[in-house]
Amino acid sequence: MYMAKYIGKRVGLMIITFLIIFVTCFVLIKLLPFDDTAGFGQDTEKIRAQFRARGYYDPIPQQLVQYLRRIFKDGDFGIGFNIPEYRGRYVWDVFVEKLPPTILINVYSSLIAVPIGIALGILAALKKNKWQDHVISTGVMVVISVPSFVYGSLLLFLVCFKLDLLPLKMASFAEIIKAYPAENYVYTPGSANWPLFFNQKMFVSMLPAVFAMSFGSIAGYARFTRAELTEVLTSEFMLLARTKGLTKAQATTRHALRNAMVPIFPSIVGEFISVLSGSLVLEKIFSIPGVGGLYLSAINANDYDFFMMLSGFYLLVGLVASLVIDLSYGVIDPRIRMGAK
Amino acid sequence: MKAQDYKISSEKFTFRATEGGLHDTKLETKPVTYFRDALNRFARNKGSILAFGIIMMLVLFAVVTPILSPYTVEYHDTYYRFLQPRNELFVKLGIPFWDGGTFKEVNKLSYDMYRAIQIETGRQVIMDEPEIVTETYMGKTKELYQFRLDTYHAVGVQYVTLSTKEYQALQQYQDEKQVQVIYPITDPKLRPKAEQDENNANIWYRTKLGGGRKTEIVYDKEGNFVPIYQANDGTDLYTSTMFWEGEEKLYNYAQKMDGDLWKIRVDYREYYVYTHYVAGDGITEPSFLLGTTDAGKDILTCLSSGARFSFILAMIVATVNLTVGAIYGAIEGYYGGRIDIVMERFVELLSSIPFMIVITLLKYHLKVDHIIVLFISFFLTGWTGMAARTRMQFYRFKNQEYVLVARTLGARDRRIMFKHIFPNAIGTLITSSVLVIPSVIFSETSLTYLGIIDLNTGSMTSVGTLLAKGQTYLFTYPHIILFPAIFISLLMLSFNLFGNGLRDAFNPSLRGNEE
Repeated sequence: MYMAKYIGKRVGLMIITFLIIFVTCFVLIKLLPFDDTAGFGQDTEKIRAQFRARGYYDPIPQQLVQYLRRIFKDGDFGIGFNIPEYRGRYVWDVFVEKLPPTILINVYSSLIAVPIGIALGILAALKKNKWQDHVISTGVMVVISVPSFVYGSLLLFLVCFKLDLLPLKMASFAEIIKAYPAENYVYTPGSANWPLFFNQKMFVSMLPAVFAMSFGSIAGYARFTRAELTEVLTSEFMLLARTKGLTKAQATTRHALRNAMVPIFPSIVGEFISVLSGSLVLEKIFSIPGVGGLYLSAINANDYDFFMMLSGFYLLVGLVASLVIDLSYGVIDPRIRMGAK
Repeated sequence: MKAQDYKISSEKFTFRATEGGLHDTKLETKPVTYFRDALNRFARNKGSILAFGIIMMLVLFAVVTPILSPYTVEYHDTYYRFLQPRNELFVKLGIPFWDGGTFKEVNKLSYDMYRAIQIETGRQVIMDEPEIVTETYMGKTKELYQFRLDTYHAVGVQYVTLSTKEYQALQQYQDEKQVQVIYPITDPKLRPKAEQDENNANIWYRTKLGGGRKTEIVYDKEGNFVPIYQANDGTDLYTSTMFWEGEEKLYNYAQKMDGDLWKIRVDYREYYVYTHYVAGDGITEPSFLLGTTDAGKDILTCLSSGARFSFILAMIVATVNLTVGAIYGAIEGYYGGRIDIVMERFVELLSSIPFMIVITLLKYHLKVDHIIVLFISFFLTGWTGMAARTRMQFYRFKNQEYVLVARTLGARDRRIMFKHIFPNAIGTLITSSVLVIPSVIFSETSLTYLGIIDLNTGSMTSVGTLLAKGQTYLFTYPHIILFPAIFISLLMLSFNLFGNGLRDAFNPSLRGNEE
């Protein structure tokens, strides 16, 4: 009961935070002048009529109500206008199309990063101040410090270009359809096209980005695990466990690891929630047609409907991730009384 | 026993010291202050000392290089673009590394074109003996030439259009310095017909239009190039005493264009020296330590100027964040209660806005320079972390006995906050404001790299822009991305090491405990 109340309170606060930021963002966007002049070969009147039909010239509060109503009624987040390739398409449709690469690359990289990172962290903690620890800690320090655009480019240059081990670019739908005629793949605009992503060619072409994405996480988990585990290993209950007659391995797996997992587990949960968000930088380097790239082109092309929707999306993912991280502390360790004074 | 039993007459008391008063013995050792202690601990951490040294060197690089370098950020030269890094020392020693050379693998035509430049200008364009490899691709056998190409000398000869006055001035310079800048002009009728080579000044030999509308070289019987210089017909206003091949004027040196203009073939290296000699901007000869970009900008100057801006930005942001965050956090932490709750909600709200949204909205709304947008967005959200840390520290210290004493003695709130509590928190705060510097530089680099913020206006550039440029030419000219990448990686690494060292020094109890 107590827990339910606490969760309710947190979720409520989150929704309020979200609404405040989202509405502020909406108002600020709507205050901007928007370009309703026609491009080459288009009819200005027609475009204006389109905008008028969508209520772009109405007062802002009215527009906000309209906007929310459309979202909840038809899932309509507006229409792209300024990004040339998505002009006139529903924002939501394009977004859904961009989601699979981002999610998959993040999921793959998390699947690699979590076990490897934790394993490295455990190894470093167990071999503290021995050469293994020094090697791992130095590597972790380097990877954490070096920005992702540097090691992303390095990976692309060395592995994909010089050594030619992996493809330079993610395979396009056309290539996949051509490569697997037997599968009868069809590309449907405006949908996620999931089947197209589950074949060998696509998987291999995603690998460079997956590896680049996982480096940072591996280093993060290794550092975190090492720090937590070294602290747990020196606590009194470990001494007790050893005096009870447990071997070092038994004591470590049964007592130390479990306790060390308390702060690590929530961050894994957080990682899997934020698989949705992706990385702007790495998507740019590896030319991944994902959400990050879409957000970037929306920002640079001043496409307000795309910007609004994606900002709301990123904001929501961030808020939910941090909420779930907080709540999962209580799940994994009931001793932690959530929100206790 | 009763108290009066212990009456002691005052005569029995004697003064222990009657002269000079009573003092504590002086401390034999010097007192170790908090900072002294931290410094001692820091000095024992060799990694951090090294990191600090590297940071200082990078700062020095960022401050000094733009001043010393003859090039500016505005400088660009369209012919000297994509030049490889060149260190004159390595060139003198003849070491085939860092000498402006690059590995090339080209077909016979391209190789001969480079060879022709070498023959005409007399400079060593091809730096070593070419190795000929045969490659079979789709049933066709191709001969490929592998060699080191001097990217500076490969520019060779270029066309320039000058007015009569400029043309005469150039001739005067030629006589004065006794160097051949102007090369004989080629016969317009014999110039290459292929579209891609129409304006190629380096083709001084006979060519024909081959298959696929591509240039083919026509050799004489011995396999040499056949010059197509235009014979002297006295129309070129050439009065200089410097002649190509011998003592007399065999060829024309300029082609009359519409108006008062002349089309001239100049040895670009000498012409470059000439134009900068005229401009008097301190550039003596083309030599770029880190090479040039796609626009022919000097990477060294751009990188150091970008770095200088990054440092200035980070320093200012760190200072402002420290000030604002510390004051805000101090008020929150010290007063607590309702004030704290309200202020904390505000911070929470502010810090949950993604930075990308903040900066984009600011960019859209403020029609000002992107630099100002960058500053404002860092100021808007950057201080929240500092405020949270200060608040924590204040919660920790505000109920300590010495604070109670100070309050009992009647100290005002402000005095307690900043005289009594704040010094205890300063270690943590210094550490985190030092760590703000790399994170600001990192954000700035990422933003400019992604093109969200564009600082590339005239006299400004940034490391991120340079990185993005390099990214475009990653496979063809990797040297463009190499140096900015090394710079930013080195900077981040040393700042992290330095920050860790500082944290260990100020809070020894946290040692080894990563945040």
